[in-house]
Amino acid sequence: MRLLDVGRFAWRSLSGYRTRTLLMVLAVSIGVGAVVVLTSLGEGARRYVRNQFTSLGTNLVAVFPGRAETVGGAHGALIGRTPRDLTLEDALALRRIPAVKRVAPLNLGSAEVWWKGRSREVPVLGSTSELQEIRGFALSQGQFLPAEDPRRATPVCVIGSNVRKELFGARSSVGEWVRIADRRFRVVGVLAQQGQSLGLDTDELVIIPVASMQQLFNLPSLLRILVEARTREDVAAAQEQVRRVLRKRHDGEDDVTVVTQDAVLAAFDRILVALTLAVGGIASISLGVAGILIMNVMLIAVSQRTTEIGLLKAIGASPAQIRLLFFAEAAVLSLIGAAVGLVLGELGSFAIRQAYPVLPAFPPPWAVVAALATAVGTGIIFSLLPAQRAARLQPALALSRR
Amino acid sequence: MIRLEHIHRVFPVGEEEVHALRDVNLHITPGEYVSIMGPSGSGKSTLLNIIGLLDRPSAGVYRLDGEDVTALSDEQQAQVRREKIGFVFQFFHLVPRLSAAENVELPLVLAGVPLSQRAPLVGRLLEDFGMRARARHRPDQLSGGERQRVAIARAMVMQPAVILADEPTGNIDQATGREVFHLLEELNGKGMALLLVTHDPDLGRRARRHVRMVDGQIQSDTGAGA
Ligand SMILES: Nc1ncnc2c1ncn2[C@@H]1O[C@H](COP(=O)(O)OP(=O)(O)O)[C@@H](O)[C@H]1O
Ligand SMILES: [Mg+2]
Repeated sequence: MRLLDVGRFAWRSLSGYRTRTLLMVLAVSIGVGAVVVLTSLGEGARRYVRNQFTSLGTNLVAVFPGRAETVGGAHGALIGRTPRDLTLEDALALRRIPAVKRVAPLNLGSAEVWWKGRSREVPVLGSTSELQEIRGFALSQGQFLPAEDPRRATPVCVIGSNVRKELFGARSSVGEWVRIADRRFRVVGVLAQQGQSLGLDTDELVIIPVASMQQLFNLPSLLRILVEARTREDVAAAQEQVRRVLRKRHDGEDDVTVVTQDAVLAAFDRILVALTLAVGGIASISLGVAGILIMNVMLIAVSQRTTEIGLLKAIGASPAQIRLLFFAEAAVLSLIGAAVGLVLGELGSFAIRQAYPVLPAFPPPWAVVAALATAVGTGIIFSLLPAQRAARLQPALALSRR
Repeated sequence: MIRLEHIHRVFPVGEEEVHALRDVNLHITPGEYVSIMGPSGSGKSTLLNIIGLLDRPSAGVYRLDGEDVTALSDEQQAQVRREKIGFVFQFFHLVPRLSAAENVELPLVLAGVPLSQRAPLVGRLLEDFGMRARARHRPDQLSGGERQRVAIARAMVMQPAVILADEPTGNIDQATGREVFHLLEELNGKGMALLLVTHDPDLGRRARRHVRMVDGQIQSDTGAGA
């Protein structure tokens, strides 16, 4: 029997029992669609995180106080030992490492900002001029913090675009003096609008020199130090040297955590890939359910079409051919279901991208391939039993109307 | 051509056994025209099913063209059916989804004959059977007589050596039944052996050889060839 004829016969059977066919196509397509949509959500989350990281610049090493046992957990200090603080002097020592290009000490606090009777509670970031290159800050007006000795507490600040809008409205802000907590600072620049940057909304931020920050909050220690290696190849060397320098400064204690951005990114990546796999797996359960449905419906079809099968045998169909015909029916069915499900899934991912433009929710290619293969696979596997039953029918018995 | 030797067919029915055929011996030569008559339940259909390889005997040997076909596998039997045997049934057994032409075409499709050869063959056959105008109709749009004509066309499209007809007129009126008989006899005239079961004594008498079955045995046979 020719393959084209097998397909045609299967198609005629499917179009001959329309409701049944529609129901099964629906079941398969929901399964495939669910896999596609859910994995595209997971993949979207993964890409979102990756974008967030790479927008920070790629050669970064972060130094946290305390010894973390796991990558990413910043404050997992060993029990029973208070870690030594990171100081500004530590940060300055790191600048002398050959593999290091830039160093930005970081401190974070919260304070009220005043200008002419208007005020606003904002997060305040203490750092140095090098932070601008390290995090790729763009300015809409003025300049960033001046490049000077980080130990100097110059009374200047850079403000986020929302802070500027709310305090100054339409008036110009650069050159004005604002009050932060109980000290006065001159506004030297306004950050360009850019929204979230890994946990901090830069539009709401005020940035001041790290030394000013330490005075303002009476805070000698640093939250962390951002280190930029000269090149991507230097990242590992920089990490090692940073560790060595700080160990030496801390009396031989390994009491800081030095994490490369790549390591953090890889950790997130692993977590999100695992998540995507998990939701994809859960969604594919519905494909299994569709498979069982196909088996049931095919079994019913075999008993409904007993005389037809008997007739086919009487006019010369072999058991292998009967099996093939039922296989083909299930295969065509699940192929159509898979195609419809793919379209549904792509539409669903498209809708998600429309609703949440920050989430690049594209189904990963492996998930699409896996969903289609699973759909067709289950269709065929679950039609094994019905096809076998049909092939084994005794023709004389099938044809007699007993 | 067909040679049955000591054929038995026993059906287990619950605890009991039904002897549908008891020691049947029958020899049929190519091109013969045989009618099989007998009371209901005497084993006529069972006999035809065994000859047509739709059923296997419980005991005995069946040779078709000298080959012991009872020993063949299901796959091999299917091929023999496809090439040598044509069936016509009381209930037509057309595939309801397919048109008249597609039903006639079906044995060719199963045999793997390419479409380019199938189409003219089927067209000519339907023409011969006066069914050309009905080629695209589905079985439920055809009368009983028309359905049986489609079924006969299907039975002979592979040019089998023998046509087995089990009460082919059992489900249609007498006048139409007569036409169906003429059709079958024409095929016989072209050299195909014709074995038919009928309840109608007038029709049965038209055959050259009459086999009468009672209680699973051949009671009389006017032309015992063997
Ligand atoms: N599949 C079967 N199972 C049990 N008994 C059967 C089966 N087929 C036929 N029989 C029995 O075998 C006998 C012969 O049946 P059949 O060949 O159909 O008779 P006929 O065609 O002459 O009316 C009957 O008694 C019938 O009940
Ligand atoms: Mg009968």
